[in-house]
Amino acid sequence: MATPMFRFDPVDLPPEALAMRAEVREFIKEHQHLMGFSRGEFNRDFSRAMGKRGWIGMTWPKQYGGHERSAFERYVVIEEMLAAGAPLSAHYTGDRQSGPNILRFGTEEQKQFFCPKIAAGELTFCIGMSEPNSGSDLAGTRTRAVKVDGGYKINGSKLWTSNAHRADYAILFCKMAGDGKEEPDRHAGATQFLLDLKLPGIEIRPVLNLLGEHHFNEIFLTDVLVPDNRLLGKEGNGWNQVTSELAFERSAPDRFLVLFQMLREMVRMAGLDPDRATAAALGKLIAQLATLRSMSLSIAGMLHEGLQPNNESAVVKDLGTRYEQDIPVVARQLFPVEPELEAVETYVSMIARSTMNAPRFSIQGGTREILRGIIARGLGLR
Amino acid sequence: MAIRDETRMLLESMTRLFEDKSTKQVIDRAETGVFADELWQTVAETGVPLAALPESAGGADAEWSDLFAVLRVAGRYSVPLPLAETMLAGWVAANAGLELSDGPMTVGPVRGADRLSVTRDGNGWKLSGKAGRVPYASHVAKTVLIADGPDGEMAVALEGTGEAVVTAGKNIANEARDTLAFSGVRLSADAVGPLGKGVSRGALYRRGALARAVMISGALERAMDLAVTYAQERVQFGRPISKFQAVQQNLAVLAGQTAAAVAAANLGIEALGKGDAERETFLIAIAKTRVGEAATLACEIAHQVHGAIGFTKEYALQLSTRRLWSWREEFGADPEWAARVGSAACANGADGLWEMLTAVT
Repeated sequence: MATPMFRFDPVDLPPEALAMRAEVREFIKEHQHLMGFSRGEFNRDFSRAMGKRGWIGMTWPKQYGGHERSAFERYVVIEEMLAAGAPLSAHYTGDRQSGPNILRFGTEEQKQFFCPKIAAGELTFCIGMSEPNSGSDLAGTRTRAVKVDGGYKINGSKLWTSNAHRADYAILFCKMAGDGKEEPDRHAGATQFLLDLKLPGIEIRPVLNLLGEHHFNEIFLTDVLVPDNRLLGKEGNGWNQVTSELAFERSAPDRFLVLFQMLREMVRMAGLDPDRATAAALGKLIAQLATLRSMSLSIAGMLHEGLQPNNESAVVKDLGTRYEQDIPVVARQLFPVEPELEAVETYVSMIARSTMNAPRFSIQGGTREILRGIIARGLGLR
Repeated sequence: MAIRDETRMLLESMTRLFEDKSTKQVIDRAETGVFADELWQTVAETGVPLAALPESAGGADAEWSDLFAVLRVAGRYSVPLPLAETMLAGWVAANAGLELSDGPMTVGPVRGADRLSVTRDGNGWKLSGKAGRVPYASHVAKTVLIADGPDGEMAVALEGTGEAVVTAGKNIANEARDTLAFSGVRLSADAVGPLGKGVSRGALYRRGALARAVMISGALERAMDLAVTYAQERVQFGRPISKFQAVQQNLAVLAGQTAAAVAAANLGIEALGKGDAERETFLIAIAKTRVGEAATLACEIAHQVHGAIGFTKEYALQLSTRRLWSWREEFGADPEWAARVGSAACANGADGLWEMLTAVT
């Protein structure tokens, strides 16, 4: 056959990963009071505790605070935490993408300064990509850096920046200011910086989401001076670097385990011996989840072998968001209730929360349309 | 789990064989009701149909996982033979110490509700009951059935279909699906034997469902290949339709569903023969459920991309899609298996759901 097929070779978890699972479950039991549903809780104490256990930066080199564990052990830790609803927000971005990108493109000083702190759960990163006029079209960034003596002067703004109000650093994506002429290569001049969010000239304003919660922010940068040693990688190499960062972002199992507790609640509502239609509706979701999990494990296997499964990651994220968006739809068909966010009954508040959160699943980390475009490119269509 | 070299070689040689021999001409002829003898001979010479059996029974002690991988390739090329059925018939008959055939074989019952029974009759047996929609029954050298006996399930091997009253039928891919009725048909003692270890009507049904799931995953690969290739060749509005975002997005969904189907089928294959019937059932149920869902979505897109040409008899897409629409219903349709997945999860209890998923997969 001429068409490229996306391969998801089956993976058996190695014994050390299975042993890890037992450890993580014990840890979760001890921290049960901190587990919650789909809130993305931010808890530095919890992140520090995970850092102490060696569960952040697990696959990184020991010399940079990592633990040189396998991608499978990391997978098990993350999936257990996600399924339990653990408060990972304070370290997750750093663990998933900022740290790995610093390790790949950073200077020796940057690796030594940032990575051990991320791995300890001491340093929170956020993602400085989207802007008011540059969402899916990341290359359209308008934030500009100008080389000045000893560093860079940056002006512009970022939007939809989750956790910026409580993070320490952002990896900022922007462009070097050109000479004003139209640049034929839209990726030219793209550059990333490790931006200390406490620098003068940075203003962070909340953008409440439709649940009325404060996760998003808008960041305004006015003549912010970033020192030379906080340039990440090379001037002009930002597009290549941000693509790598997005690949890290998209390969994680967090794209289909956010609503796991809702699925569990639906199984509870169904009772031990449900009617056939109810069992079939739940079974279809469970079959989707089991398949997604096996595909995601396969991606962990590819990462373990040093491959870059960008197309496969896009496939899993696209299928995963569809599955997660189906959960509240199936729930309301099987067990209809009027949703209420602060309801006492777990299921009622869950259906409210998951219904309201569902739209974001196929927007964050690359919209459904962008992901399908990546898949189409992988098929050789673009 | 790296794919072993021998598996890779086997798959490559079977791919070449099916690509050469299972042509549209051969399939079209088989669909008129004429058995594809020549194709069968070629496949039989590879030893694949009975390869899973021990060497003592004429097999090659092959891994079932390898044979199921061959079935995926067979599904990809719409192979009009009872290949899965012969593998399963060999498994049931050899484990019961019954005589095998070198020719094509089939198995039954293939429907969950069908029941056959054998009772003692002097030195021999009497067979009663009905087995509906038995694949290729009117074409096979041997039919291997599982029937309720006085002390549990028994294997029955018939030359051809024995003295069954045969009502011919076919699925919408024109593959023979014949109903066999027995009313006290007399059988000699050596036509009936006790089932071997791990063999049961339930296990046969499961393996049949897995075989169909695997074949579906192969047929989806084919449908996707046709759709992607066609979109790049077909020019409208001055450019290949693959350049239109709407078409690209559909093809991306098709690719995702195909990949998911292959992954789901692999989950079922992986569970086979590990000696854990409950896990095997759960994973095969997951496989047939997910693969059936993918088949439904993917057929729709593959046809949409093709436009009118895909709706013709002349163009090859229908060879795959008519099989997909048939196979997704055979050995239990996806809603039936989905209900099994859901029931097992519910019986296990909500708080054990995560443990259950991570223990079995």
